[in-house]
Amino acid sequence: MFEMIAFYTFAFLIIASFIVVVTSNNALYSMSALASGMILISGLFFLLNADFLGVVQLIVYTGAVIALYAFAMIFFDTTKNLIEVNSKKIIFLLISFSTILLVFIMTAPIKSEAVTALHPIHQGVGNTQDIGIVLFTKYLVPFELAAVMLLVAMIGGILMAGKKMDMLVANEEIQEATK
Amino acid sequence: MNLSISLEHYLLLSSILFFIGLYGVIVRKNLLMLFFATEIMLNAVNIGLVAISNYYGDLTGQMFAFFIIAIAASEVAIGLGLLVIWFKRHNTVDLDSLQSMKG
Repeated sequence: MFEMIAFYTFAFLIIASFIVVVTSNNALYSMSALASGMILISGLFFLLNADFLGVVQLIVYTGAVIALYAFAMIFFDTTKNLIEVNSKKIIFLLISFSTILLVFIMTAPIKSEAVTALHPIHQGVGNTQDIGIVLFTKYLVPFELAAVMLLVAMIGGILMAGKKMDMLVANEEIQEATK
Repeated sequence: MNLSISLEHYLLLSSILFFIGLYGVIVRKNLLMLFFATEIMLNAVNIGLVAISNYYGDLTGQMFAFFIIAIAASEVAIGLGLLVIWFKRHNTVDLDSLQSMKG
């Protein structure tokens, strides 16, 4: 009973806030709605016994990603309203693609009834310990690769959004023009 | 009346959120909104993976969701850096301004 109330509350709130994200004309409203949706999704993760992922969702998405968007928004002039496309062709494409995808999503669990767990969840062991054991034994190489990827992304982000970058680009243009 | 929440509930929620994100990607012309819609799609997939992980008693789904979160974080860092450069040079975040790249 509790699970049902929690699921429906979270589900409706998430859908409502994400609809605000994609339909709002004001980028600031969109960003706030996105943040609230992310926090509510972490509630769903706690409901699904994935405590570790719920906390990661809170820290990474609302702590890092939304903060990054908020800082990047300083650079943009988002007061201008851009013209949106509303052609019949795009709506038709969206509906047909959604329908095909929905059939696949809903029939996939029926097809995979005989699936056995590759890394079963242990009863009586905390979710974080369970994830840690699997992550540092079976998924160690992807984990290290993800760490290197995050480092590369951090360096790239600093380099591209840094103050010197527009001057670098301008210098290159001058050099090309004088050649 | 059956009061328990099944896997299908979560998959339906996940697909609804995915379609909201897809609608945003297709219809919006603002590049920043495109990034928001991409985040929505990644989160929708995460919900599906974690739900399957819970209902099948398998940790693999949570592992995949974990790596998707890492990829989303680096995507935002790189993408926003590129977007800042684009805005500095062209003074717009309109998607159609990218068509000048066409040869």
